[in-house]
Amino acid sequence: MLSTLAQQAPGELEAGLTAVGRGIVYGGAAIGPGVGIGIVVGNAITAMARQPEAAGMVRTTMFLGIAFTEALALFGFVLSFIISG
Amino acid sequence: MIFGLEFPPVSHAIEWPDLFLSGPFAVNKVVVLMWLSVIIVFLFLRIAASDSSLIPRGVKNIAESAVDFIQEGIVMQTMGPSGMAWTPLLLTFFTFILVNNLWGIIPVAQMPVNARMALPLFMALLVWVLFVGVGIIKQGPIGYFKNIAFPPGVPKALYILVTPIEIVSTIIVRPLSHSVRLFANALAGHLILISFAVITAALFSASVTAIILPFSFGLLIALTGFELLVAFLQAYIFTILAAVYIDSSMHAEH
Repeated sequence: MLSTLAQQAPGELEAGLTAVGRGIVYGGAAIGPGVGIGIVVGNAITAMARQPEAAGMVRTTMFLGIAFTEALALFGFVLSFIISG
Repeated sequence: MIFGLEFPPVSHAIEWPDLFLSGPFAVNKVVVLMWLSVIIVFLFLRIAASDSSLIPRGVKNIAESAVDFIQEGIVMQTMGPSGMAWTPLLLTFFTFILVNNLWGIIPVAQMPVNARMALPLFMALLVWVLFVGVGIIKQGPIGYFKNIAFPPGVPKALYILVTPIEIVSTIIVRPLSHSVRLFANALAGHLILISFAVITAALFSASVTAIILPFSFGLLIALTGFELLVAFLQAYIFTILAAVYIDSSMHAEH
């Protein structure tokens, strides 16, 4: 293990760790918003099913809620490109 | 290299060589596409406006349904009848962003203009200037910033916690998330299409694995359709958020 590590070209380890870090950053950032968007849309569907005449208002608010929740995942997505080894 | 596939780095996917001029005023493919979308949006609305026939047909029909969508779907839902004066601005935002996003799936162009940070950031800053300006005009400079920093109805002791959060979220995070949302969605869609195009090309040249070629190619086609949906949805969300931000400055919270 150590001997194979020693044979690597300089900078290869950093590049590999950067790739792993990018994956962790985006994966971690996607967990919360994934759950959050599920909650938002699920409750919006419940509201629309209970009161179909309010569907237009609920849909607008739902998209707003999705947009605010999704922002964190997108920050993670952009951050994963900003990270460089 | 992943599973023997050579994926291009991100810089190859979104950076284009300069066509003419250089330095900060250099013109590349992205700028040309943006100019094209300005011309398309201008001609589209101009032709629709100059058509004075009573029964809408062709271009005017599309433009009228777009105006109706902005008025009924965005302005009435978020700002109410008092926000009707903002319809031209929001219609321009919507059509311009939609055309800019659609460049990503139009053959030959294949580059969403919003996948570069410049345009989303500029538009988000424009909305930021607008809603801060509207707030200062409607509520007065002191009243507006007092409403941001000290939202009424909060217990006095909580202002230690609420005031910094409100200031940061309204002044800094709003334009940031507003622009990053559009930018990241356009970039992500672009990268997904590139990934599946690369996979399909690699399978096409391989011999044995060509059996699964139809699946990846089919998914490429399906994702192109999905990008059409995303282009529409992101233009809608950018416009509706602009409407919500401007509306939040028009009335003092109470």
